[in-house]
Amino acid sequence: MDLRLPIGLVFTIYGLLLSGYGFFTQGSAMYAKSLNININTGWGIIMLIFGLTMLIFAKRGGKS
Amino acid sequence: MTHPIPLLILAASTPNIDTSGFAKQIDLHLIDYSILGIYLAFIIGIGFALKRQMRSAEDFLLSGRSIPGWVTGLAFISANLGAQELIGTAASGAEYGIMTSHFYWVGAIPAMVFLGIFMMPMYYGSKAKSVPEYLKMRYDERTRTFNSVSFACMTIFSSGISMHALADLLHALLGWNYILSLVITSAIVLAYVLKGGLSSAIYTEVLQFFMIVFGIAPLAYIALKDVGGWEGLTAKMSANNPAAMHSWAGTADTANPLGVPWYGILFGLGFVLSFGYWCTNFAEVQRALAANSMGAARRTPIIGAIPKMLFPAIVILPGMIAYALSSDAVAGGYAIPLKDGVPNYNQVLPSMIFHYFPNGLLGLALTALMASFMSGMAANVTAFNTVWTYDIYQQAWGRKKGDSQLLMMGKIATVVGIVLAMGCAFIAAKYNNIMSILQLVFGFVNAPLFATFLLGMFSRRSNNTGAFWGLVIGTTTAVVFHGLCFASGNAPGIKGAWISPLIEFPKEMSQGFWVAIVAFSATFLVNAILSAITKRTKSDDELRGLVYSLTEKQSSENDPWIMRPAVLGTIVIIATVILNIIFW
Repeated sequence: MDLRLPIGLVFTIYGLLLSGYGFFTQGSAMYAKSLNININTGWGIIMLIFGLTMLIFAKRGGKS
Repeated sequence: MTHPIPLLILAASTPNIDTSGFAKQIDLHLIDYSILGIYLAFIIGIGFALKRQMRSAEDFLLSGRSIPGWVTGLAFISANLGAQELIGTAASGAEYGIMTSHFYWVGAIPAMVFLGIFMMPMYYGSKAKSVPEYLKMRYDERTRTFNSVSFACMTIFSSGISMHALADLLHALLGWNYILSLVITSAIVLAYVLKGGLSSAIYTEVLQFFMIVFGIAPLAYIALKDVGGWEGLTAKMSANNPAAMHSWAGTADTANPLGVPWYGILFGLGFVLSFGYWCTNFAEVQRALAANSMGAARRTPIIGAIPKMLFPAIVILPGMIAYALSSDAVAGGYAIPLKDGVPNYNQVLPSMIFHYFPNGLLGLALTALMASFMSGMAANVTAFNTVWTYDIYQQAWGRKKGDSQLLMMGKIATVVGIVLAMGCAFIAAKYNNIMSILQLVFGFVNAPLFATFLLGMFSRRSNNTGAFWGLVIGTTTAVVFHGLCFASGNAPGIKGAWISPLIEFPKEMSQGFWVAIVAFSATFLVNAILSAITKRTKSDDELRGLVYSLTEKQSSENDPWIMRPAVLGTIVIIATVILNIIFW
């Protein structure tokens, strides 16, 4: 099993979920906790990039 | 999506839980539960996906030496990243400041690099299935039994203690039922280890590593913003606690946060304690033994050292910021929870997460904490079932047993190990003293073992008599020395001086360091002297591949230059030295 595949999948799903949740909760009072930064969107996008990178590596690795 | 759904597991009464500092319990939303649920689905899925590969006892217990180096490297570091490690490091960051980094830069990196470059050729090359089995090859059955029995007991107790810590935390923060939390989290670990054996423990450990990084790292970012950046932190710290901003500057004497001078840090922590743990603990070494080549096995601890080197940024830094913010707290701002009027440092990490993280990220961080618990527990369980099956069961009763019987025994040991650990968790919940005693015992076991390995691997003269009696007398010396020394302010008892209060140390930390140093030195001397005055028990031929000078030099010509263990290890050491200089 190429471990990059499940890791890529988990973080792609998390990235979509968290950035999507962040998008729909923009301006919510709960962001007062994180100093008025919508940290869900930002961190979600970073996880999405990480997840997709892992998936790309898994795909490339699988071919060779 | 913002309506809270009822808590998964509702609170009930539980013995002695410390909830002080948490005025209200935290509400989790659907998003948080989804993140947790996805994680659990994936780790169980990995176990099931690997099930088909588990055909023999070697597949199940040793992964058939099939795993790439980057995977075993990250698993190596993850096996050590228990929830207690995270919570404890943030707590020490608040209490001791930058000196906490010694546990990483002095107390881990050098030992990990040494293990990869100098010890792995013998561990991996001898084809030993476990650390105790290496001891049998190098010395004899007595020494192996001494190690396998003490290791088996230790792993069970330490997973029990960390299970207790997690269930306690889930209960305190989320109001989850203590017993249900314990049973469900253990059942999940049991499910994937039973299906996929060591491979699924290692694979999930890597996933858990990334979970921990992604779940905890945003804390450093937000907290640093809150304190006004690095400048804000240094300004607050130099006003309130300047000693906490230096790792070495105050170590000329014992008047520093750890209460240990520089030579105690270097020899006690940097040599005896850290080499004793990283180079001989089978739960760690087992990850490297599962690697798919000698090169990958040697790179395993060195690859693991890279994230280990950077981890202080995401765990120690938030702890220090917690201290800085509490030192002149503003209304509504973050402050370390108090217990009986003094800061309860163990609550630093969880309380910061709940202070700063909105729902969504909160679920991620909580999942990270659970992941850290599971990775530590799975590491212990997979080490236990291997040592039990090969070093205790097969050796005592099963010499003629076939592979399918060993595989069955490995699976039974997995179930029994987890059940026993749960029993220890309940004991730890009932009697706090037992935990202190056990942690103390762990301190006694590793240092003598490391002295035995050092002589065994690097001297062909060291013999069976020296090894066995060195371990016995060294461990006894540690127990006696502990009975004669105490830390200032502690009454004679479990924490020392139960024979007579002869030697006083400024802090428990320095006491622990010196007990380990004495244990190591006694074992080393007894082993060396007995080996010198008694006959050699093994010839050079028998020691080939087991002693460094009698082991073929490993050629790494085929690896790209950057991946050669010696090159990679040197880079890691140089980077660590630079970090020490920056935070001097």
